[in-house]
Amino acid sequence: MVKDKNNIIDEVTQGEYKYGFVTDIEMEMAPKGLSEDIIRFISAKKKEPEWLLDFRLKAYRHWLTMKQPGWAHLNIPPIDFQDIIYYAAPKKQQELSSLDEVDPDLLETFNKLGISLEEQKRLSGVAVDAVMDSISVKTTFQDTLEKHGIIFCSFSEAVQNHPELVRKYIGSTVPYTDNYFAALNSAVFSDGSFCYIPKGVRSPMELSTYFRINAANTGQFERTLIIADEGGYVSYMEGCTAPMRDENQLHAAVVEIVTMDDAEVKYSTVQNWYPGDKDGKGGIFNFVTKRGICRGVNAKISWTQVETGSAITWKYPSCILLGDNSVGEFYSVAVTNNYQQADTGSKMIHIGKNTKSTIISKGISAGHSNNSYRGLVKMTTRAENARNFSQCDSLLLGDKCGAHTFPYIECENKSAIVEHEATTSKISEDQLFYCLQRGIDMESAIGLIVNGYAKEVLKQLPMEFAVEAQKLLSISLEGSVG
Amino acid sequence: MKAFVENGSFKKKMTSLFKDCENTVFKNDTKYLSSLRYKSFQKFLELDFPTLKTADWRHTDLGPALSKDYLQYLNKDTEELDINDIFTCDVHDFETDQISLLNGWHVHTDEPLKQFPNGIIAGSLAAAMGEHPELIELHFGKYADYEKNIFHALNTAFAMDGVFIYVPDDLVIEKPIQMINIMHPSENLMLHTRNLIIMGKNSRLNLVHCDDSTNHQASFNNSLTEVFIDKGARIDYYKLQNLNNDSTLLNSTYFHQERDSRLMINSISLNGGLIRNYTHVILNGLHAEADIFGLYLMDKKQHVDNQVSVHHASPDCRSNEMFKGVMDDEASSVFNGHVLVDRDAQRTNAFQNNRNILLTDKAKANAQPFLEIYADDVKCSHGATVGQLDVEALFYLRSRGLSEASARLLLMYAFAAEIINKIGIDALRNRIDDMVKKRLRGELSICDRCVLHCSQPEQEVTFDIDLSKI
Repeated sequence: MVKDKNNIIDEVTQGEYKYGFVTDIEMEMAPKGLSEDIIRFISAKKKEPEWLLDFRLKAYRHWLTMKQPGWAHLNIPPIDFQDIIYYAAPKKQQELSSLDEVDPDLLETFNKLGISLEEQKRLSGVAVDAVMDSISVKTTFQDTLEKHGIIFCSFSEAVQNHPELVRKYIGSTVPYTDNYFAALNSAVFSDGSFCYIPKGVRSPMELSTYFRINAANTGQFERTLIIADEGGYVSYMEGCTAPMRDENQLHAAVVEIVTMDDAEVKYSTVQNWYPGDKDGKGGIFNFVTKRGICRGVNAKISWTQVETGSAITWKYPSCILLGDNSVGEFYSVAVTNNYQQADTGSKMIHIGKNTKSTIISKGISAGHSNNSYRGLVKMTTRAENARNFSQCDSLLLGDKCGAHTFPYIECENKSAIVEHEATTSKISEDQLFYCLQRGIDMESAIGLIVNGYAKEVLKQLPMEFAVEAQKLLSISLEGSVG
Repeated sequence: MKAFVENGSFKKKMTSLFKDCENTVFKNDTKYLSSLRYKSFQKFLELDFPTLKTADWRHTDLGPALSKDYLQYLNKDTEELDINDIFTCDVHDFETDQISLLNGWHVHTDEPLKQFPNGIIAGSLAAAMGEHPELIELHFGKYADYEKNIFHALNTAFAMDGVFIYVPDDLVIEKPIQMINIMHPSENLMLHTRNLIIMGKNSRLNLVHCDDSTNHQASFNNSLTEVFIDKGARIDYYKLQNLNNDSTLLNSTYFHQERDSRLMINSISLNGGLIRNYTHVILNGLHAEADIFGLYLMDKKQHVDNQVSVHHASPDCRSNEMFKGVMDDEASSVFNGHVLVDRDAQRTNAFQNNRNILLTDKAKANAQPFLEIYADDVKCSHGATVGQLDVEALFYLRSRGLSEASARLLLMYAFAAEIINKIGIDALRNRIDDMVKKRLRGELSICDRCVLHCSQPEQEVTFDIDLSKI
């Protein structure tokens, strides 16, 4: 059995990252490096209004005064911010009006990734905004959405067409002063998705963004802004991949969500950036700031994430529960293998009365990886009858990995209740034995148990993603336990 | 000799004080000690004082405490006070051997360091430094991390006196030893008490460590204790903290456990302006076990901070942490637990638990139960809750005819009893039990004298109802 185990581990650790190809697409790039000139260049390239350039420059000047945070349980090699290309875009000949006009190479790329824009459009009824390197390539289903008054477009288009909305909400949830990488993003963000759900509208379909880093030496800095007005509802999905390269690439995104009275946003991520090879070479640094604010009463924000990729993940999707009775949720499965490192978790800030939050986090570490959960639950003085429940479990596969839990609980209200529990263990021998003696082979048994372990989170995913997530889980893990 | 430590140029003042001491107080130090002092002092100069932005100090503000002017005694006060005039421990039927410190200096009637026929050496650390350099060299400064913590560096540099206990191999001491640290300063006082406890193989000891103040003078006690527990030894370590509201106590204890050793810590914080208990346990041999319990009942503007770090460096060890707190008025608490399991420490069992009850909206509770695990065959779990009394339990009691006040009292008492019941010395348990009951009824919070000092005999606390009916 030991031999079997080793074989299985080998199979898994040597499994290839199947999205690691590079597409040869003509790119338009900014020179390497970061300066006010580069920021002006990006801004000019995107024909941005004056106020947005100001916002960028303010962010950049603030960023210069900041230091890269060192508190996370991560070993981050020094990043040379002057060695990164901050703007890379597939060269556009003309404005596109339909999918047929999109560069066939580009379409081929997205087909390979399994998100055929055409197919998506026809079959699944999911509106997709695909972002390649820095630029949003194509948004599908725009017309259908427009009928409902939903605005779903690339961030640059939103800046051109709905500047009042962008200006009102940009930086309202994640100010540029928030943290080092949010400041960097605010200065150099290139594109991203923008979504506005008007009053009383439930989005008829799930919205989705697909991020792809293609060019070498580039960083990806996209910015997503989702606003759900009174009674609005949207389920939003995000996926991402990158080619296999020996050097590390930086991805520093910002996601802001604003929900008004009775509105609900469900944000799901399947993060599958290139994790580096089995010796820990290359891979994406995924330093993302995601935050939502429930501004109105009865508002709800739900984060679901499946984190399997990236060499280093630093990500804490958060909810500020400002409105009374608002609800925040965080469901996460984070898998690390080989030399991957993840420090991820959530923040729940309870300000309004009767606010509720749930955190369910499942960490799975294998190989030489380190996987940390870090989460803050804060009950402010005003948060009467606020309630939180957190559960953070870690599973260790192999004796060279690490699983860590760093919860922070701050309670300032006597009627608030905060509960946190966590366990760390390996796969139960009893469960394995039971499966084996029922004639289920080792590999399937482990797959079954791990899947069961992550079920609570996976079932929160929209159907389209659940399939992908389960596949990803099995690629990363199946059989590496025992 | 006395010296003032003024704020502002704290480090500068300490530098000149250190220079003075080198020629006077530290003159007779062994080579080992003086080099250790020097190294620690250099570290002290290099390190920064913690602010609210320092990771482990986010909720504990030392600013007000550090901004006061303090006096530091550089040798024993010449005017000998009779300790019995100031303080008597009046726990009923509590027979202990007492070692007392007054303002950080050992108080003795005959010789400062006694060697008993059974081999125990107990008394003043200052005397032990001179008389037993071999033991000092083997253990002193070996467990405390003076390289990363500024207060530990400061303590190591200025350690002058404290308690020294050496228990030889295979000796079981039935009678508990009581270390009483009495603060009775006439002016604001800063001190760096240093204790060293060495437990020989298979020895056994019950130790009661009391911190008390007898007046309202502000004090800053940067106390550091190192405990070495050799193979198969067992120590039960009780900490009772009952200080005035202007006192600051940094009580740091390092435990080094060898194979098959057992440690039980029970720290009970009843009163104190700012208390920070830093407990570091390293399980350095197979089958070592550590149980760490704590209870804190705070009111007014008091602040208690329990930092517990357990390092599993060997396989097959077990650790268990359980801290409970009831916070009233504007009191605040911090629990910061850190369990580190090394790669080789397979088959580790580690548990952490922190439960808090807030009684008012101005009280605060912060919990950070951290797990850092590098071995795969482990069972580790932690839990933390902040909340209020169970509404259903309250309803049940009220439906049985208890007044709301009694029901609350009963539930709070039950909450605290889980920790109190871990106390293995009967007399002490009864006394603490009584004190906690009084504390919960609010009787002790108005007592302006030291709690241990109040000399009423224990009374059975009644809950105004016939408990047998429940």
